[in-house]
Amino acid sequence: MKQTEEISKFDGGLTLVAYKHLSTGSTISTMEQSKTYIIPLQQHIGVISQPLVKPGDRVLKGQMLAKPGNMISAAIHSPISGVVTDIKEHDVPHISGLPDQCIFIDNDFKDEWIERKPLADNYNQSTSSSLRKIIRDAGIVGLGGAAFPSSVKQTEMNIKTLILNGVECEPYITCDDVLMRERAEEILSGADIIGHIIKARQCIIAIEDNKPEAIKAIQTAIEKDSTGFFKVQVIPTIYPSGGEKQLIKIITGKEVPKSRYPAELGVLCHNVATAYAIYRAIYFAEPLISRITTVTGHGVAQPQNIEVLIGTPMSSCIKHCGGYTDDSDELIMGGPMMGFSLNSDNIPIIKATNCLLVTAKAKNTQKQKHLPCIRCGKCVEVCPVRLLPQQLYWYASSKNIERLIEHHLFDCIECGCCAYVCPSDIPLVQYYRFAKTTIWQQERERKASDIARQRHEFHQHRLEEQKREREERLRKKREMLKNKSNEKTSDDKTSKQAAIAEAVARAQAKKAEHNKKKETENKTD
Amino acid sequence: MFTVIITLAIIASVFGLVLAYSAIRFKVEGDPVVDKIDALLPQTQCGQCTYAGCRPYAEAIAKGEADINQCPPGGEATIIALADLLDVEVKPLNAEHGEVKTLPTVVRIDEQTCIGCTLCIQACPVDAILGAAKQMHTVIEAECTGCNLCIPPCPVDCIHIVEVKPTVRNWTAELPDVEFVAPVAS
Amino acid sequence: MLFKRTPSPHIKQYITVQDMMFKVLYALIPGALASIYFFGWGVLFNLCIAISVCLLTEVSILKIRQRDAISAIQDGSALITACLLALALPSLAPWWITTIASIFAIAVAKHLYGGLGFNPFNPAMVGYIVVMISFPLEMTLWTAPMGVNDGWPDFSTTFNWVFLGLLPYGESIDSISMATPIDLIKTQLNQLHDITETRNNIKYSALFSTISGTGWQWINILYLAGGIWLVKKGVADWRIPTAFLITLVLISNLFSVIDYSNNSSALFHTFSGGTMLCAFFIATDPVSASTTPRGRWIYGACIGALVYIIRNWGGYPDGIAFAVVLMNIAVPLIDYYTQPKVYGDLDR
Repeated sequence: MKQTEEISKFDGGLTLVAYKHLSTGSTISTMEQSKTYIIPLQQHIGVISQPLVKPGDRVLKGQMLAKPGNMISAAIHSPISGVVTDIKEHDVPHISGLPDQCIFIDNDFKDEWIERKPLADNYNQSTSSSLRKIIRDAGIVGLGGAAFPSSVKQTEMNIKTLILNGVECEPYITCDDVLMRERAEEILSGADIIGHIIKARQCIIAIEDNKPEAIKAIQTAIEKDSTGFFKVQVIPTIYPSGGEKQLIKIITGKEVPKSRYPAELGVLCHNVATAYAIYRAIYFAEPLISRITTVTGHGVAQPQNIEVLIGTPMSSCIKHCGGYTDDSDELIMGGPMMGFSLNSDNIPIIKATNCLLVTAKAKNTQKQKHLPCIRCGKCVEVCPVRLLPQQLYWYASSKNIERLIEHHLFDCIECGCCAYVCPSDIPLVQYYRFAKTTIWQQERERKASDIARQRHEFHQHRLEEQKREREERLRKKREMLKNKSNEKTSDDKTSKQAAIAEAVARAQAKKAEHNKKKETENKTD
Repeated sequence: MFTVIITLAIIASVFGLVLAYSAIRFKVEGDPVVDKIDALLPQTQCGQCTYAGCRPYAEAIAKGEADINQCPPGGEATIIALADLLDVEVKPLNAEHGEVKTLPTVVRIDEQTCIGCTLCIQACPVDAILGAAKQMHTVIEAECTGCNLCIPPCPVDCIHIVEVKPTVRNWTAELPDVEFVAPVAS
Repeated sequence: MLFKRTPSPHIKQYITVQDMMFKVLYALIPGALASIYFFGWGVLFNLCIAISVCLLTEVSILKIRQRDAISAIQDGSALITACLLALALPSLAPWWITTIASIFAIAVAKHLYGGLGFNPFNPAMVGYIVVMISFPLEMTLWTAPMGVNDGWPDFSTTFNWVFLGLLPYGESIDSISMATPIDLIKTQLNQLHDITETRNNIKYSALFSTISGTGWQWINILYLAGGIWLVKKGVADWRIPTAFLITLVLISNLFSVIDYSNNSSALFHTFSGGTMLCAFFIATDPVSASTTPRGRWIYGACIGALVYIIRNWGGYPDGIAFAVVLMNIAVPLIDYYTQPKVYGDLDR
């Protein structure tokens, strides 16, 4: 194993017992297809995807079922051909245990693909933005567990180094390990594509030193490739070296500045499985519809790695691997440090499911209630972000939001190192999740209450306007009435006078006529 | 003796002048405390605090006429924030004014029953009900604050309270059990 | 079917609070045995009284607080407080001194503040300070160590004095007790005898040419050994004892070089009195010590400086208790200003 360049260390971290051998005894096995597939509309970080199909539609394998909700979102594709039976809420793998919208598809087992137009080797002639569009349309997200939409990260500005994360630092998980052992060349092809998009000069593949076979496989593949673009970097096995920020510190020696992105240091990280998925998308026009998942733990009969279609129920996967043992305890999605336990196995595999861990009952079961914090400081020693977990615990349990933010609560990556070493058995990560979600909830409520305040003020303003307008109208009306009555009375007067004058005139006329008549009569006599 | 009196008198008048000048020069317009208090209230405008809305309640607190624990929609978080702002003691919510809701609520109009009388539209303090006389009324749920002021005026009782369930996108984790050692069974 | 759910992480390093406390006890054993060897039955009686009173007080208070007393006792913290107190108190201290100190340490200094994990002050030291200030005379009642004069009194004399307050006919308390080297140096210095003359008055043991007084040397060396084992086991933080000892050595060296006749040497200060007990067992009490890495350096160093200042210029012979409690007061301030720079903080 060549230790090519000088690498740095990050602060803190733990050495854990890995149990990788449980699931690396066999090659990747393919899961048989199920009858029903349940595909959640949110399997990625960002906005939920918008469905394009409705119940009753027939869909083909690889057809886009849902388009990205906005920029930070991903497309979702059908893993099989069949008929959409429903779009409704169902249990999804999420730490809250809450359900979410899912598309239900009945498999017709015909495996009919949509029409595909692969770019294959010609991708070199395409522009970065068209390649990014293909990756986005293929619904590719980070397959290391975080599920961030990959094309959004692939900026062309300033990136010199592409780091392929083959570290896989959590115990029990081996999906990246076996992928590197069996499909090393495809991974390098995928990395080549990414390198072409972001115009990187170098690709460093980081692998922990407890994976000698994977290192050898990648080395062999690199030797076949003569461009000199690739380099393997073996790093010591410390948890959590696989975290993006920690890995960047190890490889480059620099820390990503707070609230900024790795691109500013000129690096981009992708998981090896993501690189493989990108290879399949560009070379074979295959969207992301399957992944390698490790099914392992002392509670499952035949731990192994399986290639499984997204949307397969987890119960089928466990059955494929021999079923539960008698002393199986919990079903966990992810690794033992950062994974969350699920309350049922009738939940689908999603893009982020890198591992299904079934634990067996431990001899000393974890106590339900914990002792008080004795301020021993072990948690401070192991934190990879150099936080003070102890102080965060005190402030989280007393809900002191100001101090939590001062102590950089949102920089916590929830790796679990602190809770692992705590002698008082305090579930520290749960306290931080409580604190973070509470603070987010308060921010949402504050925004909502600001809007409600504005609406209320406008409501009052509107009522006052109405009142004012009504009064204005009344006032005008009153004025008008008053004017009219004034006019009428003056008219009255003049008309009265006119009537009198007329009457007088008539009387005079009559008199004059009468006089005239008398005169004429006198004359005739 | 005499000099002492003169000196003290001079010092007192000097400081008095300084204070008078500062009172005029650095006078703060308006009553900003009311704004700060209002910023902490949830703006439900429900009236459970016995005041006509959140702003009147804020003014009452600023004047000292109302206590800080009269707001059920604000819950414990609001009481703590107000206590922090005004430097008073945190008190539990005054149960006379209502209970804290476990889940946020909105209202929904049953369209089969609505007669289009507009009484609920007039009652809503944030204009969250859309409709006109003899036209269908509907609640814009995104703007409904859950104050429930529209329910009493409705002559046909067609407005129902609906709980807003948390989703994976806006859930809050629970605080772990903090009882360190199991209490003695009583 | 609903499966069980527990929060992450799902694997644990199983070192419990009880493990840590018991390791501290094991580390104390060599020094405690030496203490009993050199200072006799009195130390043993102290231990018995302190342990029983501390545990009893803790159970009573927990019952008043309606907590599960039996499992709380099992974490071993009251036991540690008792042992530290017993080893710090003079060997001829009457039973009521030990009792008052123990009750105060557990009831007031620990449980009134909230129990394990909530006390801002080191409980053992608070108990010590209470009796030190209230009964200064009784707090000087150490016996002559083994190898000096007649050594420590026999079982019945010690028992009678400690529990019954009775002395053999014709004896006064002065005849069975003897001041510690630190105490002697302080009082003699005040009478203007200088250090070398005083040291010659302290009889040497033939086993080891003492620099810090018969008995005290061995006791401190064994505490040092226990303490280093404790640090290696990861129970005590290494920064506090290192800072404490380095500071103490540097300061005492500095002053003894400037004025040898009035200031004891660094070796004397390091191996006499309760120095090693403080360095590895008292100052490292995690609950009352500073929590940040840089803060622990400052905390340890300041205790070292304060111990020297109180020993040299203060009113009490051994300044450990006061130094520790004074720095306990400063811990929140130290913690606030020594937060480590988080990953990615550019000002680092």
